[in-house]
Amino acid sequence: MPENELDREYMFSGHVGCPGCGAAIAMKFVLKALGEKTIMVLPACCWSIIAGAYPQSALGIPVIHSAFETGGAVASGVRAALDVKGDSETTVLTWAGDGGTFDIGFQALSGAVERNEDFIYVCYDNEAYMNTGVQRSSSTPYGAWTTTTPGSDWKKMRKKNIVEALVAHRIPYAATTSIAYPEDLVYKVKKAKWIKGSRFLHIFSSCPTGWGLPSELSVKIARMAVQTNIFPIYEVEDGLHYTINFMSKGYLVKEYFKLQGRFKHLTEADLDQIQEMVNDDWELLLRKASLSQS
Amino acid sequence: MKKVLEGSQAVAEAVRLARVEVISAYPITPQTHIVEKLSDFCADDSLPARFLRVESEHSALAALIGASSTGVRTFTATSSQGLALMHELLHWASGARLPIVMAEVNRALAPGWNIWTDQTDSLAQRDTGWIQLYCETGQEVLDTTLQAFWLAEKVNLPVMVILDAFFLSHTYEPVDVPDQEAVDRFLPSFRPKVQLDTQNPCSLSQMAPPGIYMEMRYSIQMAMEEALTVFPEMEGAFQNHLGRRYGPVEALECKDADLILVTSGTITSTARQFIRDLRSQGKKVGLLKVKLFRPFPAEAIREHLRSAQRIAVIDRNCSFGAGGIFAQEIRAALCPLPESPMVFGYIAGLGGRDVTLNVLEEIYRLTQDGDYAREESHWVGLREVSHAGK
Repeated sequence: MPENELDREYMFSGHVGCPGCGAAIAMKFVLKALGEKTIMVLPACCWSIIAGAYPQSALGIPVIHSAFETGGAVASGVRAALDVKGDSETTVLTWAGDGGTFDIGFQALSGAVERNEDFIYVCYDNEAYMNTGVQRSSSTPYGAWTTTTPGSDWKKMRKKNIVEALVAHRIPYAATTSIAYPEDLVYKVKKAKWIKGSRFLHIFSSCPTGWGLPSELSVKIARMAVQTNIFPIYEVEDGLHYTINFMSKGYLVKEYFKLQGRFKHLTEADLDQIQEMVNDDWELLLRKASLSQS
Repeated sequence: MKKVLEGSQAVAEAVRLARVEVISAYPITPQTHIVEKLSDFCADDSLPARFLRVESEHSALAALIGASSTGVRTFTATSSQGLALMHELLHWASGARLPIVMAEVNRALAPGWNIWTDQTDSLAQRDTGWIQLYCETGQEVLDTTLQAFWLAEKVNLPVMVILDAFFLSHTYEPVDVPDQEAVDRFLPSFRPKVQLDTQNPCSLSQMAPPGIYMEMRYSIQMAMEEALTVFPEMEGAFQNHLGRRYGPVEALECKDADLILVTSGTITSTARQFIRDLRSQGKKVGLLKVKLFRPFPAEAIREHLRSAQRIAVIDRNCSFGAGGIFAQEIRAALCPLPESPMVFGYIAGLGGRDVTLNVLEEIYRLTQDGDYAREESHWVGLREVSHAGK
């Protein structure tokens, strides 16, 4: 056993992630923080492929691959079986993409959280159906090109706020974090590990392939998403108590947008409008945070 | 001990006696009495299981896929629309080789809304890799549910125990509820061959490229064939410990029969009376009840039907564009015979319409008088219909 728990590895070379894959970075840190007593439920997503084909696996923990919309339900069953067997030590982890969380898997996730199933649900969010070739999801942000929102038909709807939807369930713990802030990510995974009931981690995971981004900018773009307040880093306990973990300096969103091919069609006026939307969302979050402290 | 039980309660008693560890279900009429009774058992601790009250049938089966993969005995119950919603995961459960047991109450599919009995819901799932067992009485429902766990765990395939809506699920009959000790001797605790285990990490149900997928599918076919082979062994053990035996099919007066009725489910009970009446009039008729539908016991069916001239298959189901499903399967089973009997297919009793002695009389008369067996099924007792394309 390495002395430093972050030196241990449960994800190995030979995985088939794209260069600069944010989801691979997220997996590496989450497994380091959780350790070997973890069973992973893996509904259809990029990681169904990244982990490798039979008879190989790049993951050093038990994994059950499952149907797209079943992340919340299969984990409920694994947890129930472990409980029946008297195993309260093992953590059940669902590892799903944004499609499997925001869209097709939302019902099963909502059901599991309403029942307060004792598990951790991680959504690694790359803001579209990347595994099938960059189709729009309800996590795709306003303004983005995807293969199903091409040309002038770029997405005109806001990204669904998944954390607030789960907070409405009074989930014991919900938090956002980012591959660009590994200390924050590891801290939140370890914190979540020792909370009972349903826990949700929303990890911003950049996708150079789908975003039209040089792979070496993968971590930088994730950091910029936080620094521009596009993806604020915060946590909510018991659906009530908000803590903002990173107070950004409020860099301009256009700096973030201009690095990515998926936004290259946007005009200055579009970017100004998006800046206002981001400012509004940030103000709302600040108000919630101050409300929960008073 | 003899008790007066609904078919639904007979299922629940069997699940209790099987010491199921995780139950997951979503309510749908007419399955509800099963899950309500199981909830009572869990609440009063006569069944120390975890009961997951999930938000859909899809999640009910998904949860059991997780639980069964973690190495515990699992059960669910559903019907009709619920089973249809599970369709994707029916394939998943068999593909993952999980010994999940389900009680499926045969109910008609919508539209229009109809809660009464009809077999199309379960027969539409015949290609999903689940063993299917059709029951006739409350006693058979209880016994078959216990047998289902034995079979499922022996060959690592999921099993559906199928009972007619209301005619069986909500009908009270005297049922012998066996002692726990006798059941334990027949059905020892579940010992999984593979399971999720942090001491021995492995990946389940992962990507299977063309170089391996076909062999995985073939192993499911092999398991189905094994289920047919071990069926007598299972029934022998059941008879030793619990004193009853049903057979994958049951032949009544078939040996010298000129005409044989083929039935499944509760229509069989009416047909038993019908055959007795005709025999007392000196008519050479027989009855073949099909209990095991997947794997299909083609050889047994062929042996019982081969010496008759005319076969009348009654289907409470329809594969639109092809006809009654049992009739199709029985025609295929008889094909290898050099001189196959004529097979007449009848569709009757859809959506809970009663199949009475009069209906059977009409089927008997049409079969007796028919010059040749038509390819299409004859719909019995049909009122005048015009279709939308006219």
